Amino acid sequence: MKRGPVYGIMAEFDSAQALVDAAKRTHQAGYQKIDAYSPFPIEGLAEEIGFYRDEVPLVVLIGGIVGGLTGYLMQYWMSAVDYPLNIGGKPYHSWPSFIVITFEMTILFAGISAVFGMLALNGLPMPYHPVFNVPRFSSASKDRFFLIVFSSDPKYDPAATRGFLQDLKPRSISEVPS
Amino acid sequence: MDEQYKATVDTQAPVMEPGYTFGTVTEKISAIVLTRPASNGWFVGFGIAFLLMMMMLYAIGYLFLKGVGIWGVTIPIGWGFAIVNFVWWIGIGHAGTLISAILLLLRQSWRNSINRFAEAMTLFAVACAGIFPGIHVGRPWLAYWLFPYPSTMGVWPQFRSPLIWDVFAVSTYATISALFWFIGLIPDMATLRDRATNPVARIVYGMLSMGWRGSARHWHRYETAYLLLAGLATPLVLSVHTVVSFDFAVGIVPGWHTTIFPPYFVAGAIYSGFAMVLMLAIPIRKIYNLEDFITELHLQNAAKVMLATGLIVAYGYGIEAFMGWYSGDRYDAFTIWNRLHGPYAVPYWSLLICNIFIPQLLWIKKMRTSPVALFLLSGVILVGMWLERFIIVVVSLHRDFLTSSWGMYYPTRWDWMTYIGTIGMFLAAMFLFLRLLPAISIFEMRTLLPEAEVKE
Repeated sequence: MKRGPVYGIMAEFDSAQALVDAAKRTHQAGYQKIDAYSPFPIEGLAEEIGFYRDEVPLVVLIGGIVGGLTGYLMQYWMSAVDYPLNIGGKPYHSWPSFIVITFEMTILFAGISAVFGMLALNGLPMPYHPVFNVPRFSSASKDRFFLIVFSSDPKYDPAATRGFLQDLKPRSISEVPS
Repeated sequence: MDEQYKATVDTQAPVMEPGYTFGTVTEKISAIVLTRPASNGWFVGFGIAFLLMMMMLYAIGYLFLKGVGIWGVTIPIGWGFAIVNFVWWIGIGHAGTLISAILLLLRQSWRNSINRFAEAMTLFAVACAGIFPGIHVGRPWLAYWLFPYPSTMGVWPQFRSPLIWDVFAVSTYATISALFWFIGLIPDMATLRDRATNPVARIVYGMLSMGWRGSARHWHRYETAYLLLAGLATPLVLSVHTVVSFDFAVGIVPGWHTTIFPPYFVAGAIYSGFAMVLMLAIPIRKIYNLEDFITELHLQNAAKVMLATGLIVAYGYGIEAFMGWYSGDRYDAFTIWNRLHGPYAVPYWSLLICNIFIPQLLWIKKMRTSPVALFLLSGVILVGMWLERFIIVVVSLHRDFLTSSWGMYYPTRWDWMTYIGTIGMFLAAMFLFLRLLPAISIFEMRTLLPEAEVKE
């Protein structure tokens, strides 16, 4: 094992149910800085570890508004201000004709915000992360479920935390080197 | 999963055959990419598709050398194969978005087995479609003039034209489809990263996975983003073929200038798209032994969607004919007569047979559950939908208001080489996709297992 401070203690579970129960008990026991890892999204798991503030919808809303305004104002400025062209006697500011591109730009900006906003809020891409140092963690993308208590948690104590996790009946416990 | 939905599923074929665990689902799907050697059949199939793609590049190269005169387009038929093929390919793409986005919002969990390759199909079909308007503009090296960029000429695109709307609709559609596909792949890339033994594969999949580690916080934001993207893609996919239909419907050509076009184009797009999904799914599930994941239920549901959208398309044809008579407009009436009895009557009757009469066989349950029959029927529908676009583009243009300006359209071998070549390009991309990326979404398949359900 590498030397240096410990990143946290990780417990491995067999099932999604076991992970949810363990996460709930750990959080109730007063641990604040914890995380859970699973091979697929589990409904309610994020709430169990105390995660409530999901800012993705706000990012998407802002992206959509910016996209719609960009789309409309671009067409208005280009067709009515910068280079007005008379097309079939239609008004320069033919707003009904501008709706389609306004709509498309709204979707485009909102969609790009959803993907890149999600990645940015998740701190991805992040090729290296201490949890990958645990050899068993490669099963987290297959069929195993992991719970970690970070060493930065105020309640963290190497022996006591390990003992607490041991009581949750995990399949294995590993120390995560940072 | 909804209890009520589960009950209806249990009476039919299951979404997934029982007996799988998180581990075996993962192994089975990732093994196709990681351990299974490429068979001779794969090399032959990919080779043929690749040669066809080379033929397309040759035809396009010659086009750049000589100009659009090598095609069959003449006045009055200025929109020949290029626009027919463009609309056909874009339409095929629609099923992928419908499966991945609309069925997600409708909580149809059977989509989880087919969304990944249906999205790949969308991307490749849109790529094929995108070639045509670009090479059709006459001076393809200036195709970027379609986009509003600050040029030294000082002019901007003409935003009152549906053709520029189409540029925005199709490029937005391509971008959002690519993003949707990519975001869906991230967790599976992490799975492949952790399973791969080849160090190069591990690094490539690792980079594509963005360092995904499956944290509950990440999953929460991920699911929110995925759901919102589905919500955005749903109106988008309906708008794309609507805007494509505006290319026609806003024009005053008889046979184009109708309000039925947007809904009937969208239905036709989904119709042909599901036919392509089946034409891909049926061989894939057979060759890669994925019948446990892509079950009879998927084939049946796709067949039902085809039957329903096919009937909407039939209604569209009916309304076109009715309006031809009811409008009292002699040019509209003549367009219908010309379709039925004019020089292009054979393609029109073939279209009716392919799109309306033969697909009625789908009312029979035996047809909906037989992979061979569905495969053949899907081929018939794809031909029929291609003929529909040919009728709309060519037959409407070739005889309009003045008899003195009537003409005929005959595609040349360059038209055919380009068209068949895009099919090769599509299939070549599909062959590569099957070997390099998981063809079925692994993490979404895990959520279908009973062990994935958690009680509070």
